[in-house]
Amino acid sequence: MSSTSKPIVVVAGNGMVGHKFCEKLIARSERESMEFQIVIFGEEPRPAYDRVHLSEYFNGKSVGDLSLSMAGWFGDQDVILHLGDPIREINRTAKTVHSSKGLVQPYDYLVLATGSSAFVPDMAGIEKKGVFVYRTIDDLDLIKAYAPQASNAAVMGGGLLGLEAAKALLDLGIADTHIIEFASRLMPRQIDQAGSQLLEARLTQLGLQIHLNKSTLAIEGGSRIESLQFADDTRLPVDMLVISAGIRPRDELARLAGLQVGARGGILVNERMETSDKHIFAIGECALVNGMVYGLVAPGYEMADTVAANLTDGRKTFTGFDMSTKLKLIGVDVASFGDPFIAEPHCRTIAFEDRNKGIYKRINITPDGKYLLGGILIGDASTYNLLLQNVTNKMLLPPDPEELIMGVRSGEAGGDGIMSLPDEALVCSCESVPKEVICKAVTDKFIHTVDDMKKCTRAGTGCGGCIPLVKDLIAGTLKANGQYLRNVICEHFDHSRQELLDLIKINGIRSFDEALDHYGKGDGCEVCKPALASILASLWNEPIQKQVTIQDSNDRFLANIQKGGSYSVVPRIPGGEITPDKLIVLGKVAKKYNLYTKITGGQRIDLFGAHVGDLPDIWEELIAAGFESGHAYGKALRTVKSCVGSTWCRFGLHDSVSFAIRVEQRYKGIRAPHKIKGGVSGCVRECAEAQAKDFGIIATEKGWNLYVCGNGGSKPQHAQLLITDIDEATCIRYLDRFLMFYIKTADPLTRTAVWLNKMEGGLSYLKNVVVNDSLGMAAQWEEEMQGLVDSYACEWKEVVETPELRKRFTHFVNAPRRKDPTLVFDKMRDQIKAKEW
Amino acid sequence: MDNQTGRPTAARAGEKWKWRMACRVDDVPKDGGACVSLDDEQIAIFHFSRRGEWFATQNECPHKQQMALSRGLIGSAGPDNEPKLACPFHKRTFSLLSGECLNDEPLRIAVYPVRIRDGKVFVGMRARAEK
Ligand SMILES: Cc1cc2nc3c(=O)[nH]c(=O)nc-3n(C[C@H](O)[C@H](O)[C@H](O)COP(=O)(O)OP(=O)(O)OC[C@H]3O[C@@H](n4cnc5c(N)ncnc54)[C@H](O)[C@@H]3O)c2cc1C
Ligand code: SF4
Ligand code: SF4
Ligand code: FES
Repeated sequence: MSSTSKPIVVVAGNGMVGHKFCEKLIARSERESMEFQIVIFGEEPRPAYDRVHLSEYFNGKSVGDLSLSMAGWFGDQDVILHLGDPIREINRTAKTVHSSKGLVQPYDYLVLATGSSAFVPDMAGIEKKGVFVYRTIDDLDLIKAYAPQASNAAVMGGGLLGLEAAKALLDLGIADTHIIEFASRLMPRQIDQAGSQLLEARLTQLGLQIHLNKSTLAIEGGSRIESLQFADDTRLPVDMLVISAGIRPRDELARLAGLQVGARGGILVNERMETSDKHIFAIGECALVNGMVYGLVAPGYEMADTVAANLTDGRKTFTGFDMSTKLKLIGVDVASFGDPFIAEPHCRTIAFEDRNKGIYKRINITPDGKYLLGGILIGDASTYNLLLQNVTNKMLLPPDPEELIMGVRSGEAGGDGIMSLPDEALVCSCESVPKEVICKAVTDKFIHTVDDMKKCTRAGTGCGGCIPLVKDLIAGTLKANGQYLRNVICEHFDHSRQELLDLIKINGIRSFDEALDHYGKGDGCEVCKPALASILASLWNEPIQKQVTIQDSNDRFLANIQKGGSYSVVPRIPGGEITPDKLIVLGKVAKKYNLYTKITGGQRIDLFGAHVGDLPDIWEELIAAGFESGHAYGKALRTVKSCVGSTWCRFGLHDSVSFAIRVEQRYKGIRAPHKIKGGVSGCVRECAEAQAKDFGIIATEKGWNLYVCGNGGSKPQHAQLLITDIDEATCIRYLDRFLMFYIKTADPLTRTAVWLNKMEGGLSYLKNVVVNDSLGMAAQWEEEMQGLVDSYACEWKEVVETPELRKRFTHFVNAPRRKDPTLVFDKMRDQIKAKEW
Repeated sequence: MDNQTGRPTAARAGEKWKWRMACRVDDVPKDGGACVSLDDEQIAIFHFSRRGEWFATQNECPHKQQMALSRGLIGSAGPDNEPKLACPFHKRTFSLLSGECLNDEPLRIAVYPVRIRDGKVFVGMRARAEK
């Protein structure tokens, strides 16, 4: 038995389910004021990561991004973690486990969460170089390393994982990729023949070559794979093969220990997840429960919670799980739910097919037409969540059930349908969050965004599949509570920013008053005035000094108001490059006007503590020395940060400073829904932190990679890769389009990261719009951007040179020379500092 | 005669105002505000040119004692178009009629009556002792 008083729980396997078990056990034991010592043995060299999103490892996500825990989590939770050290043996009599590195660890309870491995058929040539499986980060590293030498590749297995692997191979640049499936259709466990045909057509369009009814006999070649030989005596030459022919539960440890296992594999457990030994549990993909191995993460999480409950308050059983799935395969929605295959006479089937748009939908309803039993959706799965809820909650169908898959606009049908779900309807199955909890969070805790909902209830933090439903529930609850979620700007304009922008542009509106007369009511406010100011500025690029009183105070005084009421002065230092002479000027000006100086994260120098009346004089001196406004006060381009690049750095591939300056000079002054930051790095070492910016450009051997929609700030988010290896001119064109698209469609005060997060279709949609010009707007946007660039003028220069404008920079209009006597400063480290408030 | 007047709501019955010349009409931007110094007090004056109305309040925001209200944006709230002002610092908004904070906080600013004569702006100041 254990030496400490706390019971010891040993977990074999630190995969998705093993990790979830630890989280659940910690949470439940805290609630019950119990204590356990958790000891984990993991075979893989890294802590648990998100296997479900494994393929994103090829799209720029790092090991860290995929990790399921924050650095330091295990230590903080007092969990002992042995990585790269699998358990080799269980001694059930002594209640100890023996690890590969020779550790002997006693346990009170043992939880087997060893997952599964890819099933590799026994065939000749399987050991050859170039043959891979697709399960772990290590597997992906091997594939990534091998891919550059391959010009064609095949995936064995046309199931869910196989198709995902095929997409990954395409992403790795292997244009000639084949899928080999033994059955007569793709995804045989999820979709039917008609669905498969439609999917095949779409995948073929995207460049995948599909071979059905093919049984592979052998892998041929020398030490490396050269071709596949099939039972029908045909051959396919390939340089690389990824096997995805199913999974096999990792029950070897249990077998060795004499625990009962299923005839076709899997550790046998009862509904409390107990194995044939009451002190040993099995959960996740290694467990065989109700005669079934569940190959999805959500049921695994439910099993983890079952064991955590049984070790604490003891009241939970696992009674099966819905195997519905929805995924996006290479941009094609595929979903199956409930019982997709049930056939007449046990049901009636309604099917809808549109070969033109590539849509196939099938629903199965009870013979009396009252309930939905299951179905398949391909090409458009927007109604998936609603339909699934219909099945799981046995909701009565409307009189014309065909409306569920055609006709009525999904949004409207969805809205009400969702609100009529019963309170206990499970919305997020990964985290077991029912509808009631989500609606309560909206009403009682004022949660209005998915992000906040994730934090508050954890709904949507697992596989993410329920997020659209969570969104709809938030909107539906708000609506039911009489609150608006229409993105109208404020009470004065019944339009969203995008609608207003269009109206103003089409009708040539030039002033706030005109806009208010035509489209608004009342007198405006602090929300719509700056929003309209931004719209007018991005459309016509007229000096904002023309309508000062609709500008936020910062834009009105062309400086940021600081604690105490003083202002900061931020001259532009493009790309962070500055001459010694200019540095001296900054120092002299700061000294003369007693300003606090600080170097900022955006590679420029801010001068703080200026009296409003001194601003024009300060800028006069700066402008004389060649400086320009840095627009730190505006919702506009701030800085394009650069690393020193190839001009000095030994790793530099291209001249990142020159490019950063070129980009910053191009977009300076342009008004947007929010501030915009950029970065340019001279190589992958990324010293300019470009991936934390709204747009980031990183040099490659062949050109530049363009990343978009990153964000520092309170909710950091990495920028995502939009396109690789483009030249400077193309990069500027894509940036023109990207920025115009953002300026035109984002809500006020929405950074690009949030804008993208809210965008239907996400990055792939954005990519289509920007790179493939799917909206046909590219030429117009580029032209409009050029118009804005050509009409740039430094706002401060204008003020300095116009006595009328200069006059505005005074604290007392009846005593223009007097400074605000309440504005006083403290001292700190030989400089001034704003007084505390 | 007044050519443009502020609403008299701020004047309580029987209260005596000392009318002080504050500035010229042109000193205050249209639909915006400006600050004047009167009797060593900082007063914010707002010109609602859309409505042809003028308002005056203390310049200090009671939230964090910042002399900044004259630099805030003005506008209206609600079905009755209550004229209001937003502090540039943290967007507390105040009614220009009553001086009450409209973001549900127990804050209040002093409001003063305004008169316009011959292109000049006059603000009614209370006698010192009454303040
Ligand atoms: C590419 C891919 C895409 C997927 N997509 C989806 C999806 O879209 N939706 C979905 O629901 N599911 C998906 N899955 C399945 C999902 O990832 C699994 O259901 C889930 O990971 C199962 O968790 P687990 O903890 O049981 O197993 P695993 O995550 O495999 O973890 C088991 C861990 O135990 C370790 N281990 C094994 N034996 C020992 C030992 N003796 N001692 C110590 N450690 C040991 C293993 O090395 C492994 O790290 C996908 C899987 C893959 C590979
Ligand atoms: S990103 Fe590359 S080129 Fe730029 S400074 Fe760092 S190492 Fe040098
Ligand atoms: S992080 Fe916060 S405190 Fe620091 S400068 Fe930004 S807003 Fe101010
Ligand atoms: S100082 Fe005015 S709102 Fe904070």
